[in-house]
Amino acid sequence: MAEEFEPRIIAFLCKWCSSAGSDLAGVSRMEYPPNVTPIQVMCSGSVSPLYVFSAFHRGADGVLVSGCHPGDCHYIKGNYYARRKLALTKKLLEHVGLEPERFQISWVSAAEGQKYTQIIKDFVNELKPLGPQAKLRRKPSW
Amino acid sequence: MKRTGVFICHCGVNIAGTVDVQKVAQELADYPGVAHSEDYVYMCSDPGQNLIEQAIKDKKLDNIVVACCSPTLHETTFRSTVKRAGLNTFKCEISNIREQCSWVHKDKAKATTKATKLTKSAVARVQKNEALEPLSVPVTHRALVVGGGIAGIQSALDLANTGFEVILVERSPSIGGHMSQLSETYPTLDCSQCILTPKMVEVSKHPKIRLMTYSEVHDVTGYVGNFKVKILRKPTYVVPAKCNLCDECTKVCPIVVPNEFDLGLTGRRAIYIPFPQAIPASYTLDDKSCPELTQIIACGKCADVCKVKAIDFDQKPQIIEEEVGAIVVATGYDLYEKEQMAEYGYGTYADVIDGLQFERLLSASGPTRGQVLRPSDHKEPKEVVFIQCSGSRDPEQHCPYCSKICCMYTAKHAMLYKHHVHDGQAYVFYIDVRSGGKGYEEFVQRAVEEDEVIYLRGKVSKIFEENGKIKIWGVDTLIGKPIEIDADLVVLAQAMRPSTGSRELAKKLRLALDKDGFLAEAHPKLRPVESVTAGMFLAGAAQAPKDIPEAAGQASGAAAKAIMILSQERLFHSPTVALVNKNLCTGCGMCVAVCPYDAIAFKDGRVEVNEVLCEGCGTCSATCLRAAIQVKNFTQHQVHEMIRACLGG
Repeated sequence: MAEEFEPRIIAFLCKWCSSAGSDLAGVSRMEYPPNVTPIQVMCSGSVSPLYVFSAFHRGADGVLVSGCHPGDCHYIKGNYYARRKLALTKKLLEHVGLEPERFQISWVSAAEGQKYTQIIKDFVNELKPLGPQAKLRRKPSW
Repeated sequence: MKRTGVFICHCGVNIAGTVDVQKVAQELADYPGVAHSEDYVYMCSDPGQNLIEQAIKDKKLDNIVVACCSPTLHETTFRSTVKRAGLNTFKCEISNIREQCSWVHKDKAKATTKATKLTKSAVARVQKNEALEPLSVPVTHRALVVGGGIAGIQSALDLANTGFEVILVERSPSIGGHMSQLSETYPTLDCSQCILTPKMVEVSKHPKIRLMTYSEVHDVTGYVGNFKVKILRKPTYVVPAKCNLCDECTKVCPIVVPNEFDLGLTGRRAIYIPFPQAIPASYTLDDKSCPELTQIIACGKCADVCKVKAIDFDQKPQIIEEEVGAIVVATGYDLYEKEQMAEYGYGTYADVIDGLQFERLLSASGPTRGQVLRPSDHKEPKEVVFIQCSGSRDPEQHCPYCSKICCMYTAKHAMLYKHHVHDGQAYVFYIDVRSGGKGYEEFVQRAVEEDEVIYLRGKVSKIFEENGKIKIWGVDTLIGKPIEIDADLVVLAQAMRPSTGSRELAKKLRLALDKDGFLAEAHPKLRPVESVTAGMFLAGAAQAPKDIPEAAGQASGAAAKAIMILSQERLFHSPTVALVNKNLCTGCGMCVAVCPYDAIAFKDGRVEVNEVLCEGCGTCSATCLRAAIQVKNFTQHQVHEMIRACLGG
């Protein structure tokens, strides 16, 4: 029997809310699938669309950007900029034919370890039926 | 390439139990740029740190990565380790393989692969880290305390007695908070006002404290050591310096509204003093109910009788700007809304009241002058039922948390009731009796043994009125029998919740909230008075339900933490700020528009960053079309390298 497809996810987590929330999931020993590799950023507003393209280009099967809840940004309004920028990024990705499920945006506060765990579980479950992401992945000859 | 050292911590079995640390060390040894890789049982221990220092010297390392717990815990530790070994503090990065890996996964092979990826990504980042020195900024030696309850008062006094100027902002007309409403305090039965009012007077007379009551924090900008605060001062329409407290104005005022201080058990006039010992000792004209100010009718009776001309209808709200170096937030609690407790008849039956209302009935300065008389007919109740956990510990319907103080104050209420009504009987419905604290357990036992309070373990299922009595259906789960009591008065130990408006204030101050809306501390165990925002500290029930000694203790702790900042001549600011590449910048100004701190300005057709104002969020860099503005040590190039390391190839 062939081995089950395990999607590779890159998660950009803001330092103050989502990264702290995912740390809380760790401290509380909440289990979630190891498919996600987090990259801590200062603010979701600092996530350039290029990071998202770069991750898909390097072969990520899914990308998550998570920041503080709207209105609760540690940097006052960075997550509002993130929301606008990444909504456009999502449209662009869909326009070029990427499955919409592959790019997700969420808001996880420092107290929401449980929510982070659930987001990762759901994300992995949504990605599994899609199989490997090939649309934006660079060709091996590059 | 720079020579990187990688150090994998076992954290006992916390990491090594789930991650094959030797394998991670081997994999990393072959990774480009890594000149040294090893694992050790506790990297944060002295021998662990010595091992790092030695390796830096022996292997001539340029930078290091420590794969261990969250950077919030030991980043500072390992940055000082590299400093001792002669490297710049920014030559160290943390790979979090505990909270983000070993503690959340079970499959050892997969967790090991993930830990390897995380560590490679940290190597990719540290390879491009520059040596940076902290930026130094001067400190404003003044503190702001928000909230004038016992916690705010204690913090303000501790700060002022250390010699720092304090601005104490309170939104109601007087300081004192809920403690001023209490009758006696457990476990000593000290009179609450008698122990509080000396502190209130000290605040009002203190040369270092500037008291601003009837005022609210309007806006806060700036950063630790240098906050700029705008305070909204609401008009009281009374000039305190002129008012001689003759009380003639309240006698002529035609308007009666519910008295907030007595929680609606009595009325007050539109012009009022909250309670006799109020600080500042002055009247306030409530512009929501005054007919003159609401322009319903021309009244002005209070001004007519005021011989000293203390009433000024022309006062306007004022915005006052102040600079402070540190902020203590002590905004306290409110009781859970009575509308939420419809099942206990709260709000329907006049004789179902909450704990604070019962405090007013017991209080010598209260509406009944300390006699226990029930609100409906002013008769002395002979059977009183106290219901604990009213709204607390009920995740399905109400608040999931324990409000912590109710077990103790209910014991106190039952005891004081018996002291007032000797032939009365007090019943307490409880889930558990939690009496942790010095002298607390003994206090509860005293209520049971001396005052013959009947404790019934169980919840109340229904409350309704019948034949002039309040009928209570409950259950005693210890004997497994239903209980029926005909009570004259029911007192609900309502849950504590964060005070109204604290969510909005938290937004203004950029403070985080926990899931229940209380202010979040930086670390639940070891940084209980610090907020996540540097320079802002938490005190009292704003952070979590707590009683007076705990609130006062935390308030002193918060003051001490604020003093750590205020006593410095200069503070150091993180140098990981934005930097503009003048060769790429076109001066389009998109970064200027998005910067939350106004830290970017135009200069000579390009932009320039004010390093002191910049907080390093990086929103500018994600906005720039030409990648001309980058955060130091977190450049886009570094992030791309990290992505590459995470995904391989």
